[in-house]
Amino acid sequence: MQLLNPGLGVIFWMTIIFLVVIFILGKYAWPSVLKGLKEREQSIQESLDAAKEAQEQMKQLQLDNEKLMAEAREERNAILAEARKIKDKIVGEAKEKAESEASAIVESAQERIKNEKKTALLEIKNTVAEYSIEIAEKILREELKDKKRQKEYINKLLKETSLN
Amino acid sequence: MRNKKGVNQFVIIFLIILFGFGYGQNVRAEGLETHNNSEIKKVNPEGKKLEIGKLIIEHITDAYDWHILSMGKHHVTVPLPVILYDQGHWVTFWSSEFHHHTVYKGYTIAEKGINQGKIVRIDKAGNLVRPQLDISITRTIAALMVNSLLVVILLLSVAKSYRRRKGMAPKGLQSAFEPLIIFVRDEIALSSIGEKNYERYTPYLLTLFFFIFFNNLLGIIPFFPWGVSVNGNIAITGVMAAFTFVITTFIGNKHYWKDIFNTPGVPWWLKLPFPLLPLVEVVGIFTKPIVLMIRLFANMISGHTVIMGFVALIFIFGKISMGLGYGVSVVSIGFSVFLDFIEILVAFIQAYVFVLLTALYFGMAIEVPEHH
Repeated sequence: MQLLNPGLGVIFWMTIIFLVVIFILGKYAWPSVLKGLKEREQSIQESLDAAKEAQEQMKQLQLDNEKLMAEAREERNAILAEARKIKDKIVGEAKEKAESEASAIVESAQERIKNEKKTALLEIKNTVAEYSIEIAEKILREELKDKKRQKEYINKLLKETSLN
Repeated sequence: MRNKKGVNQFVIIFLIILFGFGYGQNVRAEGLETHNNSEIKKVNPEGKKLEIGKLIIEHITDAYDWHILSMGKHHVTVPLPVILYDQGHWVTFWSSEFHHHTVYKGYTIAEKGINQGKIVRIDKAGNLVRPQLDISITRTIAALMVNSLLVVILLLSVAKSYRRRKGMAPKGLQSAFEPLIIFVRDEIALSSIGEKNYERYTPYLLTLFFFIFFNNLLGIIPFFPWGVSVNGNIAITGVMAAFTFVITTFIGNKHYWKDIFNTPGVPWWLKLPFPLLPLVEVVGIFTKPIVLMIRLFANMISGHTVIMGFVALIFIFGKISMGLGYGVSVVSIGFSVFLDFIEILVAFIQAYVFVLLTALYFGMAIEVPEHH
């Protein structure tokens, strides 16, 4: 029976102690504990969300990167092809130009050579004519040194002319 | 949710086992030194009869002094203040006075009757009368103060680490308490009261939980200043149950009272002309806290009683023959250790049950039905 007989003193002290404990813990312990827990839980959730988002962004970025790479590769190929084309064109043009220039040079050279040849021939003709005349003069002078011979020659010329 | 709960439970069981491991050795020490010595001295030299029942009752009931151990005829006792209000005067003295005098200042400790074990005044006619007010610091209250101080210091230091380590992972003591705190908050407060109001009652429920849990646990430690089964005192559990009752009654909303006095969905003839069901419901208001009080009290008392019984067995057999006593001691200590493990489990379960039911009553009192 002693066990089930609650002491008034125990009830009195227990009420006071329990109230004091409730007050102290309620004021100084639980608010910061519960607040700290809540904040930590929130920050963990936020971090997880952020990580997930970052992962997604990363994935997107990778996808973008791949796309960009493919595009770049294509562009490079196009540029290379075009460059090759341009090179071929330039080389071809240069070749053509060089050929035409060379042929022009050759042509003009031939022309000049022709002209030179003409003038040279003309000069030679003139010189030859002069020499011929001189020689003929000298010959005639030798031939027609005396009067007799002059007469004979005139007669011969006359004869020839009248015969014609 | 399911998985989280499982983890929580695992952590708690782990903690319990940890606590218990260190404890296993203590009980051995207790069995052989503390109680046994006092018992041996009581029995052997004077050849008195071995009174196991009395010994156990003395161990689990309240007392005016705190007996630690006996060495031969020398008793080591912590004197506690006796505070009485009687015949218009305050009377105070140390409980140690009763060691030197059976009757001090006209007061004595009743040996039988309704006031057995309590301080009574011997009046002129020789009757034993209880003083008007007896607010002595008894063993239970002294232990309660020690335990409460420990709880407050521990939890304040935990709170401090929450303030200091904002947003960081828990560390040390903080990580030992955190699973319990989260368990009370999520599994008890949140699930019983509901998301809307649980934050208001969580601090009280946490305090209640740690108060009961620590008083239970520290009651198992057999050394001074512990080893007093505080929750094995019906006044202690009664006060906590009364708090539950008062708070539930005060926060009860219209719907709560309507459910009690005019329970919906029940045939009218159960309410009129004789209010059978309202009567049952009103009785229920009071039985709920009374059941809370008795459940915790009885659980704590029974554990201590059974362990004491096992320890006492050693001396019963030891009296028959020395060898038999030693032989039985092996079995007895084995059983005591086993029971202590169970006690640690019970310490947690009973704290959990008390707080869970309190939270459920709160939840019922403030519940707002979605449709009538």
